[in-house]
Amino acid sequence: MNHHPTIKPSLDARTLAQSHFRTLRLGTPFQPRIDALGLKQEWYSWAGYRAPHSLWDEELEYFAIRSQAALFDISPMTKYRIEGADAEAYLDRVTLRDVTKLKPGRVHYTAWCDDEGFVLDDGTLFRLSLTRFRLCSQERHLPWLLDSAHGYEVSVEEETEAVAGLALQGPTSFAILRDAGFAGVERLKVFDLAEFAHDGATITISRTGFTGDLGYELFVPADKALSLWDRLMAAGELRGIRAIGYTALNRARLEAGFIVANADFTTSEHAIRADRLRMPDEIGLGFMINPEKGHFNGRRAILEARARKKLRHVLVGLEIEGNIPAEHAIVYYRKSQEIGLVSAAMWSPMAKRNIALASLKRPYGDTIVDDLWVEIYAMRELQYQKLMKKAKVVPRPFIKLDRRTANPPADF
Amino acid sequence: MKAWDAIVIGGGHNGLVNACYLQRAGLDVLVVEKNDWVGGAATSRELTPGFLYSNCSYVCSLFRPEIMRDLELPRFGLQVISYEGGAVFTRDGDYLANYRDHDAHRREFARFSKRDAEAYDRYSRDVTRQCRFIQPLLMRTAPDPTSFKPRDLGELLYLGKKFAGLTAEEMALTLRFWTMSISDFLDEYFETDVIKANFALSGIIGTALGPMSPGTAYVLLHHYMGEVDGSVGAWGYARGGMGAVTKALAASFKASGGTIRTGAEVDHVLIRNGKAKGVVLAGGEEIYGKLVISNADVKRTFLKLVEEKELPDIFLRRVRNFKIRGSSGKVNIALDSLPEFPALPKNSPVYRADMHFTDSIERMERGYDDWKAGRWSADPFLDMMIPTTLDPTMAPPGKHFMSCFVQYAPPKIDGRDWTDADRDGFAESVISQIAEYSPGFRDRIVHMEVRTPREIEAEVGLTEGNIFQGELTFDQLLFNRPVPGYAQYRSAVGGLYMCGSSTHPGGGVMGAPGRNAAAEILRDLAKPTLHMSPAHDVI
Repeated sequence: MNHHPTIKPSLDARTLAQSHFRTLRLGTPFQPRIDALGLKQEWYSWAGYRAPHSLWDEELEYFAIRSQAALFDISPMTKYRIEGADAEAYLDRVTLRDVTKLKPGRVHYTAWCDDEGFVLDDGTLFRLSLTRFRLCSQERHLPWLLDSAHGYEVSVEEETEAVAGLALQGPTSFAILRDAGFAGVERLKVFDLAEFAHDGATITISRTGFTGDLGYELFVPADKALSLWDRLMAAGELRGIRAIGYTALNRARLEAGFIVANADFTTSEHAIRADRLRMPDEIGLGFMINPEKGHFNGRRAILEARARKKLRHVLVGLEIEGNIPAEHAIVYYRKSQEIGLVSAAMWSPMAKRNIALASLKRPYGDTIVDDLWVEIYAMRELQYQKLMKKAKVVPRPFIKLDRRTANPPADF
Repeated sequence: MKAWDAIVIGGGHNGLVNACYLQRAGLDVLVVEKNDWVGGAATSRELTPGFLYSNCSYVCSLFRPEIMRDLELPRFGLQVISYEGGAVFTRDGDYLANYRDHDAHRREFARFSKRDAEAYDRYSRDVTRQCRFIQPLLMRTAPDPTSFKPRDLGELLYLGKKFAGLTAEEMALTLRFWTMSISDFLDEYFETDVIKANFALSGIIGTALGPMSPGTAYVLLHHYMGEVDGSVGAWGYARGGMGAVTKALAASFKASGGTIRTGAEVDHVLIRNGKAKGVVLAGGEEIYGKLVISNADVKRTFLKLVEEKELPDIFLRRVRNFKIRGSSGKVNIALDSLPEFPALPKNSPVYRADMHFTDSIERMERGYDDWKAGRWSADPFLDMMIPTTLDPTMAPPGKHFMSCFVQYAPPKIDGRDWTDADRDGFAESVISQIAEYSPGFRDRIVHMEVRTPREIEAEVGLTEGNIFQGELTFDQLLFNRPVPGYAQYRSAVGGLYMCGSSTHPGGGVMGAPGRNAAAEILRDLAKPTLHMSPAHDVI
């Protein structure tokens, strides 16, 4: 049996939805709270939602992540509810990592590929029960997920708007959840998830995040979003909780060495230029591939590329001399031969190093790692200060915080 | 008597583009135009006081920006403005809109199908990839695959290299794209009737094929590869109507010293010893020229303006068999107020977009069935817009010009010529369709211009009223356009060139045929072409 309910809205629902064109950037369920705290009114569009670059001070927002606890609205993330007797087998087939090893109550970071082995997206897979999953990602994949479901007893439903999400990240995040009354949250180890009662509903809390710090992600039905926000803010008042925007989070994620789809690599359904397509091994996701696990989308192409050494790119962490961020700088071999591009870069306050993510053309960054340079064009008062700086390939993450994984988690 | 360096027959946009480039290369060029105005199918005429119509072509996207720049058209008044997306009204009282904002577009599609809403990115990626493959070919002369001249070999190699540069998946898609029906193509991405109809319309416009006919997928590409100022696929209005394009061209031509004679219909091309020597006007006047370039379509040029005996048999037979079938008409309407469409929310941007009433591919195909039976479609497909919502120059404030492109309209009705009664019946099919969605529409009409293939052929000179000067099917593209062996703007008669949309890269107000023909002519004359920008890079 195979049922994919492609929901056809009734005419009434359809007509009611007509006026969406009057609000090009939607608010999330948390918008009233974020608007109240958004002193800077600096917004960007995250998948069509009005999301904050920064609320009051991007640097102080960053330090809130690293010193206290930061609340970040992740509602715009695309979410799919995948359920059915064959959900495990289906996801094992669609995604790279071995889903049979993902136990109920666990989360893993994974990615999925098209038939040519090119990465469609990366994301997190939450196993909510034996037969129920939630897949979260940057881009949208409903046709791909539905088409892949042929022959499986599984339903795939897009639930981005129905489910709101919050990331609570930072050293005091555990203490805040405990003080907020989420009994048992201390038992969550990294990548664990559990359900908790909130305001007459059930919410999911997982010990996951995008900061490399102690932190949690909470998923809540949209109509209980505001009461959850208030509950966390109240419990966090004495523990320095602050709401933050994306600029601060983006710094934390770079220190943690995480990649962002369509910022550090181009997803295959959006790559217009064929040479921009990337296999998992080319963006640092080769570790997800388990050739033993049986068939998965892209398997044949990926294994063939490995066998024939046809992998052309590699994504690496760089440490660059000096302290000038090398964002979007060109990477050179021996200061002259162009070999790649920096996709994200910053001075890391936690590592006190100038760090970067870069995509390089193999063998550079793979077998040849010496004599690499980046050319930084730093615009200063209407002049480019051109700097040629030495770069060194270093392992990711750029920072490793014991508190992220400590059990039981500490109060700060 | 004076012999011009070149005489261009027909003052359409391609004729004028060609004339401009030749004049700027130092030639002394004369354009002869049968009507009392220039413009061909890109005209804006005031047929009722205060209202300017875009009488034939009505939107602008394909016109090459390189040409606008080379010929300084902005200086001569050309301004192109982007418009909002579009909409298809559905028979259940709703509508599907295309919004320019990516997320609004997705949310709008999700009203009908969440799946289709999320399928749009892949569709858009694939179409964009194909457009990027074709775009650089527009401003190049198609190679002759049977020739061993270094230049043809070089161009063939360029084509081959471009093709070889595609991934296996893209190659397959390219071949499918050039041969598939738009209906089959859309089935690979979408499941909802109205969403498929929304995209399919670009696959049939101006074409005597139905959405289920093979070859219509390419027609869609042809409508997607244009741009408005770098925004690829966008469409805009020429401010002042499409006549603004040819007005600017004519002004540019005159400013560079060119001469235009209107009201000068060519009866035939003067040919001596197999070589064109000039033209003979309808009144018998002979005008001499070292070269003659025809902007008329290939059938009109070689079956009406050239004597049969001057042409080789095979060429003649192929010209006769060239497909240039009439399939569409045009209704231009002056309105004393903005029509209301109760299905649309108040202040919907759709009022400033193109509107359609055909909400399924099947309805389009039924409309085509009527064409095959020799009738105009009882339930026609309309591409309708109100340019005056964005362009204040075409009607008095508060009043509007509505442009309706109408398909299908056969070149003959039941095998006989169109009559005035047929024309009125055709107009009624259009008005009654609009009135169904816009109560009180009839009462707003001040004036109407109805153009069936009969009127378009009689006035503009397009054979059968075919807007592309020949179908855009794969057998009539690239080195086969208009006919094999003559795809490089030269003809079977020495000194007689072609520069209209019958030639590569085909129809639409693109200007590329006129420009490419000028490049070939200047090559034959061993004149430099430094004043012709190469095609913009596609990066």
